[in-house]
Amino acid sequence: MKKRDVAVLGVGQTKFGYHPDKSLVDLFAEAFYEAFNESNIELKDIQALYYGNFVGEMTDGSANLSGFISDEIGLKGIPARRYEAACASSSVAFREACLAVAHGIYDCVAVGGSERLYNAGTAIGTRALATAVDGLHEMTAGLTFPGVFALAARLYAKKYEIPMEKLREKMAQVSIKNHKYGAMNPKAQFYNKFGDLKVEDVLNSKVICSPLTLFDCCPMTDGGSVVIVASADFAEDVIDKPVYVLGTGQSGAGGLFRQKEDIIRAIPRKVASEMAYREAKLTPKDIDFVEIHDCFTIAEIIASEAMGFFEYGKGADAVEEGETWVGGSIPINPDGGLIGKGHPVGATGTSQIYAVVKQLRNEFKYNQVRDAETAMTDTLGGDFGTLVNVILSIHRRG
Amino acid sequence: MGDRITYTEYFDALVNGKLLGYKCKDCNAYTCPPKAVCDSCGSQNLEKVELSGKGRITTFTTTYIAPAGYDKEVPYTVAMVELEEGPWIVGRLDVENADEIGQDLIGEEVVVEGREFPTEMFYPDKKRRVVPIFRLVR
Repeated sequence: MKKRDVAVLGVGQTKFGYHPDKSLVDLFAEAFYEAFNESNIELKDIQALYYGNFVGEMTDGSANLSGFISDEIGLKGIPARRYEAACASSSVAFREACLAVAHGIYDCVAVGGSERLYNAGTAIGTRALATAVDGLHEMTAGLTFPGVFALAARLYAKKYEIPMEKLREKMAQVSIKNHKYGAMNPKAQFYNKFGDLKVEDVLNSKVICSPLTLFDCCPMTDGGSVVIVASADFAEDVIDKPVYVLGTGQSGAGGLFRQKEDIIRAIPRKVASEMAYREAKLTPKDIDFVEIHDCFTIAEIIASEAMGFFEYGKGADAVEEGETWVGGSIPINPDGGLIGKGHPVGATGTSQIYAVVKQLRNEFKYNQVRDAETAMTDTLGGDFGTLVNVILSIHRRG
Repeated sequence: MGDRITYTEYFDALVNGKLLGYKCKDCNAYTCPPKAVCDSCGSQNLEKVELSGKGRITTFTTTYIAPAGYDKEVPYTVAMVELEEGPWIVGRLDVENADEIGQDLIGEEVVVEGREFPTEMFYPDKKRRVVPIFRLVR
């Protein structure tokens, strides 16, 4: 069956940060109405709701949220479902929503996510995040998420024969860049904060899981984000500047101990990104900028290699040489990424879509990538377990 | 799907100094910890075996910020070890000053044994948590 082209009508995102006064439903509703109000449609046009949430049970004592959310935001009675894939929850939801539209199941759907990890506090938040490692064999040792990426950092340094202290300096550049951009983004958790970090600030901040310090890590965040997706024909009828979904990909893997040394090559990401490139009929050279899952500094470096922007082992040099800054060959995370913008896990994937769509429409005033026409998102769920890549463009498939 | 190793059996054996796993009757690869099929070829044709419990450190990290339920144990060092037979396993490194030694720990020989810790609210085993402990062979 020939698949239909898919486009984004509207996008919305709450301010990321600390929201002690807004529930998971409230955060989703706020983002939804921003997206809906720019989509030029009526509520009755939305035929289904795809909701991403990771640990509502642990942070808010709530599961089964998709139906409640659908009703609370005025989408009464439509099919609604929740997607859980750790940090990639709303990216998996987004891809499934696009597939449903592409295959003619729906013409127009709402997809997004919400999460409240800041409000849950560090101990519960850390335990909740750790539910995404292998529950028996990794959790028994007390492996946490910073721990996962600390293991990857040491393996990376060993494999590519980079002295650990040298690698830490290169990793620090990711934090400096993403904090600089996050400080420029009014919706970022660290808006107006940490915009001028120095290498020493990163190296000397509190050690979380050696060798990773606080500034190597993204924060705990509350927030929501929503995207309205429709068939490209539907979109062209109702708005002037749709952004088209040219390709998506998803892949997965088991625990760290099953992936072994491959964790630093992020094989599922290679598979997922190649799937997206193939569908879009594009290569990494065609991508103008990318929103990468920088949950930790080393994560961005590994991702930039697996997606084909740099050779394996060279991503750490690329950030130090400015290749991944705005103005470089492949700007990464001009919205601040997870490190600067924040990481409300279930809302992160569709907030990357939000950032890309705003950029491609030339509406990202505070850190616009000039002449960007085609861009990509990259979301990682769990310990290199679930990977989703999406390619978006102002040009409809030829 | 005959001779299956449950996780309770796996951890009981580990506490008694034995590391259990499977050897694949089709491709001869080892799988540890146990899973439904051979980790290399996907075959269900597996034989239950005892592994040597010896391996080398491939990477490690010392954790200073613990999740709820693990706060009394910090700082602790989590490591991955490549076993002699090929599989990698996750556990804790019984080394006080891992951060001071740094990257030189990678490649060091270790043996694994199981140690019982109190369980926590969300851990699948409600009686205890068996942690694989890696001891340096020097």
